[in-house]
Amino acid sequence: MEATDIPGLPRGVRLHFDKIRETWVLLAPERAVTLDQIGHAILSEVDGQRSFGDIARTLAEKYSAPVDQIARDMAGFLGALRDRRFLDVTS
Amino acid sequence: MTRVPPPIAMLAELTHRCPLACPYCSNPVELARQDRELSTETWISAFRQAAEIGVLQLHLSGGEPASRRDLTALVAAAREAGLYTNLITSGIGLSERRLAELDAAGLDHIQLSLQGTDAAMADQIGGYKGGFDRKMQVAAWIGAIGFPLTLNAVLHRRNLHQLPRAIDMAVEMGARRIEVATVQFHGWALKNRDALMPTRAQAAETTRIVAEARARLKGVLVIDYVPADYHGDYPKRCMGGWGTSGLNIAPDGQVLPCHAAQTIPHLRFENIRDTPLADIWYDSPAFNAYRGTDWMAEPCQSCERKTKDFGGCRCQAMAIVGDAAATDPTCIKSPHHGALQDRARAHSESADAALTYRTAPGKPIPAE
Ligand code: SF4
Ligand code: SF4
Repeated sequence: MEATDIPGLPRGVRLHFDKIRETWVLLAPERAVTLDQIGHAILSEVDGQRSFGDIARTLAEKYSAPVDQIARDMAGFLGALRDRRFLDVTS
Repeated sequence: MTRVPPPIAMLAELTHRCPLACPYCSNPVELARQDRELSTETWISAFRQAAEIGVLQLHLSGGEPASRRDLTALVAAAREAGLYTNLITSGIGLSERRLAELDAAGLDHIQLSLQGTDAAMADQIGGYKGGFDRKMQVAAWIGAIGFPLTLNAVLHRRNLHQLPRAIDMAVEMGARRIEVATVQFHGWALKNRDALMPTRAQAAETTRIVAEARARLKGVLVIDYVPADYHGDYPKRCMGGWGTSGLNIAPDGQVLPCHAAQTIPHLRFENIRDTPLADIWYDSPAFNAYRGTDWMAEPCQSCERKTKDFGGCRCQAMAIVGDAAATDPTCIKSPHHGALQDRARAHSESADAALTYRTAPGKPIPAE
């Protein structure tokens, strides 16, 4: 994924707080993906407006972590979602 | 037994009525009549109860769910309850206006069935003339509204050669997913094994086509594949394990661990009209009958795969071995596996038998 790419959740994919299991999940066609804290933090920033690079910088600041480490985590996580068609990426 | 987890998915079979008559329909051979169907209010109560006990995904199915005139109200109520709402449909009965209403009601996703890739095949299998053209029209409306779409292609000996075209159609329709489902022999399909059983060569070719298409269409189309199970070595994990992740409600309100569970004669099922869903999920003897692994006999009990596939499908063991607690006969460790494979070969090589179509609720059941 490039720094200028813009990730966004397509229609039919949404974040949901599961009150019964007390965890965030990503709801998608025929799937519910349990999110850990990192996954939830990343997806909370994904808005279909800001670029991959912008989001990485925001998260790096927020969690005082090196930006390239955040970018690596993000690329792995978002890339897997994109392969499953749970994420749209425009450039 | 370990703690019972809350359910994730619920299949609501809103009605057994359907304009189509697919010979592999997974509905029970004894179909529920319209006057036995649950009311709008009871379904809405069931959806709320489902969300309260942890269900995240609701599949509205049938029969044809569009045959229910209150479909839009049911979708709105499901969304209000917080459920991810999926409509499983043949498309027949959906107009452009009705789709717009479902959109406004918050429908999350549509799964459209495909009986064949051209009118000649699809209308013969569905037993409904004009069905294919109508479905293509509905697919165009779905695309125009922008509903996320999964195409569900049910494949068998007569139409397996159409798989490559079905995959192309999914891409052309803008579907994100296709389910390549080799016919499962439950319900009406059991009456049609001679007509529908794929050959071993077809099953192998299907696996090859799926692997090739998955590589070629990565990031474009997700392909979920249900291989032919009479030809495999190990059974499928049915429903994610009995009473483990999902439940079904039949049109008349019976709550079932899987859609075919009524074929197991000694099980008694509670009804959502009388019993709270939480009590059924956690305490029903039918749900507890094959939960976990304690109920298993050999060869499953000492098998290292037992928490992977939970011994396969109980209804298949019932249908073929006559014992719902037996190892699924599609497993190579089952003493009945050899006989099953011989039968599968015989079914698949029998000269093209006529199709036995499913009937309408309340109509006589055709003999085998
Ligand atoms: S399988 Fe065919 S006949 Fe059965 S409910 Fe679905 S569309 Fe109707
Ligand atoms: S013996 Fe039972 S548990 Fe083992 S693979 Fe076969 S069906 Fe599954």
